[in-house]
Amino acid sequence: MMKSMRDGFGEALVELGKKNPDIVVLTADLADSTRVKEFAETFPDRFFQVGVAEQALVTVAAGMAEAGKIPFITSYAVFSPGRTFEQIKVTAALSDLPVKIVGSHAGFGASMYGATHQSLEDIALMRVIPNMVVVSPCDYLEAKKATIAVAENGKPSYLRLARQDSLVITDENSKFEIGKAVILRESKDPQVAIIGCGPVLAEALAAADELKDIGIEVMVINNHTIKPIDDIAITNAARICGAIVTVEEHQVMGGLGSAVAEVVVQGHHVPMEFVGVKDVFGESAKTYQELWKKFGLTKENIIESVKKVIIRKNS
Amino acid sequence: MEIDINNLESISGRVRRNILEMVYKAGSGHPGGSLSAVEILVALYFGVLESDDRFFLSNGHVCPALYSVMAEKGLIDKSLLASYTELGSSLQGHPEKTKLKGIENTSGPLGLGLAQAAGFAAIKKGSYIYCMTSDGEHDEGNHWEAVNFAAKYKLSNLIQIVDKNGIQIEGTVEEIMPLGNLKEKYLASDWNVFEIDGHSFDEIFDSISKARDKKDKPSVILAETVFGKGISFMESNPDWHAKAPNDEEFKKAMEELK
Repeated sequence: MMKSMRDGFGEALVELGKKNPDIVVLTADLADSTRVKEFAETFPDRFFQVGVAEQALVTVAAGMAEAGKIPFITSYAVFSPGRTFEQIKVTAALSDLPVKIVGSHAGFGASMYGATHQSLEDIALMRVIPNMVVVSPCDYLEAKKATIAVAENGKPSYLRLARQDSLVITDENSKFEIGKAVILRESKDPQVAIIGCGPVLAEALAAADELKDIGIEVMVINNHTIKPIDDIAITNAARICGAIVTVEEHQVMGGLGSAVAEVVVQGHHVPMEFVGVKDVFGESAKTYQELWKKFGLTKENIIESVKKVIIRKNS
Repeated sequence: MEIDINNLESISGRVRRNILEMVYKAGSGHPGGSLSAVEILVALYFGVLESDDRFFLSNGHVCPALYSVMAEKGLIDKSLLASYTELGSSLQGHPEKTKLKGIENTSGPLGLGLAQAAGFAAIKKGSYIYCMTSDGEHDEGNHWEAVNFAAKYKLSNLIQIVDKNGIQIEGTVEEIMPLGNLKEKYLASDWNVFEIDGHSFDEIFDSISKARDKKDKPSVILAETVFGKGISFMESNPDWHAKAPNDEEFKKAMEELK
């Protein structure tokens, strides 16, 4: 099934709105494309359209959180948190207020719009801020669960969403808990742990299938929470597999790969390879798949990295 | 609320001395803007704020004035003032909500406070929400985003007081970034506007009382003040934006504040 994460988010938000009168939603002229239109129509008194004004989006929401509300604030990730780093740090995180920053069209989702609209830095920006929780779900169903989980965690939180319809790789029964990584693929004697987040995990699962065909067993881990990171799951994976490949639709610097490496170097040392964007900007393309290919985020790139890390592990 | 203006004037005198002592002892801080804001803050804390009302400080660097007024009001212990900016103190160099009970918001980086206050006001419609800003921070885009928001949502319970002292870090507001006619800008943005002398208690109370009676629009009180008010060599001199007095200057300033 192909479905978009932002739809999962929008549906969860309406459910939340019915249950909790403290949920309010603000958007910066992007109600439709961030999928908060249904919430706006269902709860007009709890919806605020701030205009193309991302700085106000964050700071007004912080004031609402001071008044006891749980604001979800939506824009494209390039604008918020892209433009709003200081506002998020000072008015939301420093006061530990439960403002929920929802960055849509993250990664290469806005493929046609070019580098200005492609957010490959947002995880790095958000995870350096104390108090901040950073969640990057992998599909429609997980986005739904993650939305409900961040609404209830009482913390400033960043929820990273993709624009495109993507393969649903979890199911209704898959567990989702903030800070707890999920094993998507196990095997008897895995040689490498592939640890990823976001829709690109579908490529990791496809890579695992092909690798199995050529006799290479791997484990695939969905590390949906970048902060607080599940250091126990990562250290265990390092111990069991002896090598790690990280996969993310984000700059490798400061992103999931860096976060995993920080755990590995302080715990069980193993060789690592990083699949992600390597310190370059994106560009326009008709589809995000073309960009995944150009910037090295496909199944083929993952397979290549797995082979490389096995050579390093055995040398 | 029965208000004794003479009493407020003597409180203001003590607040000014506290500010000088704090900045002198800390060896850092922002005396100019703190001194210009004294009457506005004293008026709010001693004659305006009622139980459900809230005050948001936007230009957080003038917190020596805020902390001193809170101490005079008995909201914090006076002995705390001496700890301003010291390691472990609840009186941070810029105010932090989680460190100091009794304040609404964390502030310092300019242009954010009006939006915080507007967000709060949009939720707490039954209370009056006051926000002090500076004229210098009107350079910030974030501030004007909040101006639009407050007008759109008709936040008549939001009352902004601009400490219009005419000075910012590197010079006068007129030199650094002229703001044009602020009154006309706010009127054009669908706000009620009042222009007052920001050191006159009568004018502060009168304008606030009128602003509270307004319906459908937020209000702004443009309060003309003197940067560094009360200390001759600091008055209207941008050098005193963020500078602590030396021993001699401190002595001279305290003489003038007697």
